[in-house]
Amino acid sequence: MDKSIRIQLPLDDKTVRSLKAGDSVLLSGSLYTGRDAAHKRLIELLDKGEKLPIDIDGQVIYYVGPAPAQPGHPVGSAGPTTSYRMDPYTPRLIELGLKGMVGKGKRNQAVIDAMKKHGAVYFGAVGGAAALIAKSITKVEVVAYPDLGAEAIHRFEIKDFPAVVLIDAEGNNMYEIGPALYKKIDV
Amino acid sequence: MIRTIQASQITDAVTDLFLKANRFIGDDVLDSITSAMEVEPSPQGKAVLNQLIQNYEIAKEELMPVCQDTGMAVVFIEIGQDVHIANGGLEEAINEGVRQAYEKGYLRKSVVGDPLFNRTNTKDNTPAIIYPRIVPGDKVHILAVAKGFGSENMSALKMLVPADGIEGVKKFILQTVENAGPNPCPPIVVGVGIGGTFELAALMAKRMTAAPLTRRNKNPEYAALEDELLEKINKLGIGPAGIGGQTTALKVNIASAATHIAGLPVAVNICCHAARHAETTI
Ligand code: SF4
Repeated sequence: MDKSIRIQLPLDDKTVRSLKAGDSVLLSGSLYTGRDAAHKRLIELLDKGEKLPIDIDGQVIYYVGPAPAQPGHPVGSAGPTTSYRMDPYTPRLIELGLKGMVGKGKRNQAVIDAMKKHGAVYFGAVGGAAALIAKSITKVEVVAYPDLGAEAIHRFEIKDFPAVVLIDAEGNNMYEIGPALYKKIDV
Repeated sequence: MIRTIQASQITDAVTDLFLKANRFIGDDVLDSITSAMEVEPSPQGKAVLNQLIQNYEIAKEELMPVCQDTGMAVVFIEIGQDVHIANGGLEEAINEGVRQAYEKGYLRKSVVGDPLFNRTNTKDNTPAIIYPRIVPGDKVHILAVAKGFGSENMSALKMLVPADGIEGVKKFILQTVENAGPNPCPPIVVGVGIGGTFELAALMAKRMTAAPLTRRNKNPEYAALEDELLEKINKLGIGPAGIGGQTTALKVNIASAATHIAGLPVAVNICCHAARHAETTI
């Protein structure tokens, strides 16, 4: 992990294109959070031709529903949730300029195609390293859908948030490259 | 002799157990990940395991939940037949314990009241899923399991037929783990139930996700099957966090039961490395 690349968020196109699957990164800056319920509402707005409550151009969305913050902490444990549940919504957001996602687990081909076409990167945070990850979140504010509680859209300020590039803008996929190196049997 | 236990004692015990389970990972998991880290050939896999160990330490020190998905509360409760539970209903006592733990412990409330039409959060992580059993004696034993859904969603059940045999069972278990890939936060614990009926197989599998990683199956044939499956799973290449390596599972625990002449049910309940459970006897 000593060779981690420091990345500033939001992302520009040049940075996105420079990242390669397998790179260890430390993310700093700001990102939005969102999971199933918030994504559903965003897409419903787009379907109705309405404006989104956040401008996602150049932004990164972290798939997380944090635990409640203890007194004196900005946030509770806050590790990634499984990303495929957001797959049906993601290509539309990438078309609108979403540059990155942080989550865990596989993505479908439609998401990967959109990432390649529009230039976006998928970062992985370690599932279940939630208390450790919370340490890198310095400020939290709710920006949309407060009624959703932990599932509301938050804006996180982060400092040295540890992640790995899982799928890069060329479609190289760490979930294929990594396991292929260590696979010894076929089922 | 009838022994009286107050419903409030059950509530307090359940509260303590869910707080403990969510904040402190078991020594069995910690030891298992520590030894895996020594032999994990993938540098990135090693780094993931290292993060997990650091995470458990932070959670313990700061009394934070190990994972933000503090799970659905599953309670296995064995009630001695000589016990009388006084001053309150058993289910409500358990649910009240869950309510208090999730409130006091700053644990995430992740339960919706209706699965399909009205997915509104119940806001207190109840209802718990409760499996009571009446056993001889005058004690109450409670096992509290906080079950995350990243791994629950990767679980599977199949009604195999006798002709599928041992090979069929192995294949189904390995396929389930391979399909799950990175999603259930490997390294995982694989709970397996073989035999019984449709629902008993699933229940045994769930119970096995909360068995100690140091458990040795008393039946030598099943013990050997557990070892063989663990070895094979760790050759699938999935690795820590699914980015490649040999530490995909920490343990395979199998429970079996008598079944029908026509059947061979197999349930695979996957649990993440954050295998959070705690137990006590009153
Ligand atoms: S699968 Fe387990 S470790 Fe992963 S996010 Fe869910 S509860 Fe946490």
